[in-house]
Amino acid sequence: MKRKQNLLGLLFASPWIIGFLVFTLYPIIASLFFSFTEYHVTLPPKWVGFANYAKLFKDQLFLKGLINTAWYTIGLVPIGLVLAITLALLLVQPLRERYFYRSMIYLPTIVPVYAFATIALWFFSPYYGLVNGLLSFLGINGPMWLNDEKWVKFTIVLISQWGVGGATLIFMAAINDIPKELYEAAMLDGANKWKMFWKITLPLISPATLYYMITATIGALQIFDLPQIMTGGGPANASLSYVMYLYRHAFSYMNMGIASAMAWILFLISLVLVIIIFKTSARWAFYGTSR
Amino acid sequence: MRKHNILYLNSVRFILIAVTIVYMLPFLWMLSTSLKADQDLYAFPPVLIPIPPVFSNYIQALNYFPFMRYFANSLIISVGTVVGTLISCPLVAYSFSKIKWWGRDFFFYIMIGTIMLPFAVTMIPQFIIFQKLGWLNTFLPLIVPSFFGMPLYIFLIRQFFQTIPDELLDAARVDGASEFKIYLKVMLPLAKPVLFLISLFTFIGSWNNYLGPLIYLTDESKYPLALGLPQFLNRYGTHWNWMMAAATMAIIPSIILFIFTQKYLIEGIKLSGIKG
Repeated sequence: MKRKQNLLGLLFASPWIIGFLVFTLYPIIASLFFSFTEYHVTLPPKWVGFANYAKLFKDQLFLKGLINTAWYTIGLVPIGLVLAITLALLLVQPLRERYFYRSMIYLPTIVPVYAFATIALWFFSPYYGLVNGLLSFLGINGPMWLNDEKWVKFTIVLISQWGVGGATLIFMAAINDIPKELYEAAMLDGANKWKMFWKITLPLISPATLYYMITATIGALQIFDLPQIMTGGGPANASLSYVMYLYRHAFSYMNMGIASAMAWILFLISLVLVIIIFKTSARWAFYGTSR
Repeated sequence: MRKHNILYLNSVRFILIAVTIVYMLPFLWMLSTSLKADQDLYAFPPVLIPIPPVFSNYIQALNYFPFMRYFANSLIISVGTVVGTLISCPLVAYSFSKIKWWGRDFFFYIMIGTIMLPFAVTMIPQFIIFQKLGWLNTFLPLIVPSFFGMPLYIFLIRQFFQTIPDELLDAARVDGASEFKIYLKVMLPLAKPVLFLISLFTFIGSWNNYLGPLIYLTDESKYPLALGLPQFLNRYGTHWNWMMAAATMAIIPSIILFIFTQKYLIEGIKLSGIKG
């Protein structure tokens, strides 16, 4: 009986287990091996030790991509967090037409990034775009946005905020899960809305915050679509992201050894960041008495 | 209702209207540009409502932009991925929730861990596997992995399965039904709402995937919209009215899908699915 159960369980789970072995576990190990080789796909890999890693840390573009990606992450994660929580708080207020706002704010998240990238490129066009057109009405001389080395990363972070609807939904669900009695009790004690937000709402949505921090950080480290389509990394490589440079090594130069080394460096960076987020979350994430 | 309450709600309303306008603005600008004559494109101050609207931009875009072929390719890839996901994910979720077996928790936690794995780490060896199989420049590398389950969706279905009482299954087991029959006849019908939601997520995810097609497809006749639209940008980038007509046509399928499913998309995510 027990044996039959084991067999059945394994059988039902086998699609994922096979997929995991072939498409995840083997690739992780293989890319670690490739990262120590010179490998151009057509010829078998040739062992070179740490040469790829050494080469990368002397490569100006690699360092540029790494620093750019750090800036993307530092911009995307906190701005998205504040915006998503703020919008979620507004969207749970008892307005009759709140479903309309929810739909309109969520809609851009299902529009493909490759389509939105072309729209945003024209929307933020320095001379003919609507943004600078509207700014000029206010007497503001708008920046060059994506065409300016100093502005391009911020502009991409800004454009990414049109996709904040997904995180907003998660925070909305978390806020709706908070028992109303807590607010009633706090009201009786004379707490104001500001205090209730910091003492009740924020601690009680912290599991959603933890989920957001992890997924948003990993997503930001891998930013690719928007800069690839809108700027191709320019101007002067100011928007070149880490994965864009990795992609170039792998699929433009067919240099799988260097690309694999880059993949593993990214893997280690995300692993360290996830561990840091988890470790510090013990201090700020609050799990209710339900567990 | 007290007076300051109305004031409070109206200020919330005011902010939300402003935010909604900002979120819609790029799309209105796209629509407006797609109907502009060439000379209006570079007008200053910008023309918001083109008079008369130039609908021929759409015909021009269709002349230079094989929309129907890209659309059909996107559809084949997305439907294939949904089929794969629907076959594999509930099966694995069933094993992780309703069968007690050795190693279940071990595999489950590994699976959760892989959700956090950056795609870049597995991308290159996966490419080499598909190259060795001779699948480059076909839809197979984009579709076949879905038949091996998607961790996040397996997790979400599992959360749903766990809410179904074991007694229901035990009754069927006593009647002598095989485990697969119970899965097929009892579990799957009950799971319709979550399966619908997963199909929707999978479809949108596949339709919107850019990096996958970029890696695997080189032949233009195989391009989905994800590659066709940026290519249009590279070739006819100065014809912004054609470009925005093409963009409008490219996002219409997503908008239509959204209109019909927004209720599920927006109400579908319950935090209980995330907390674990």
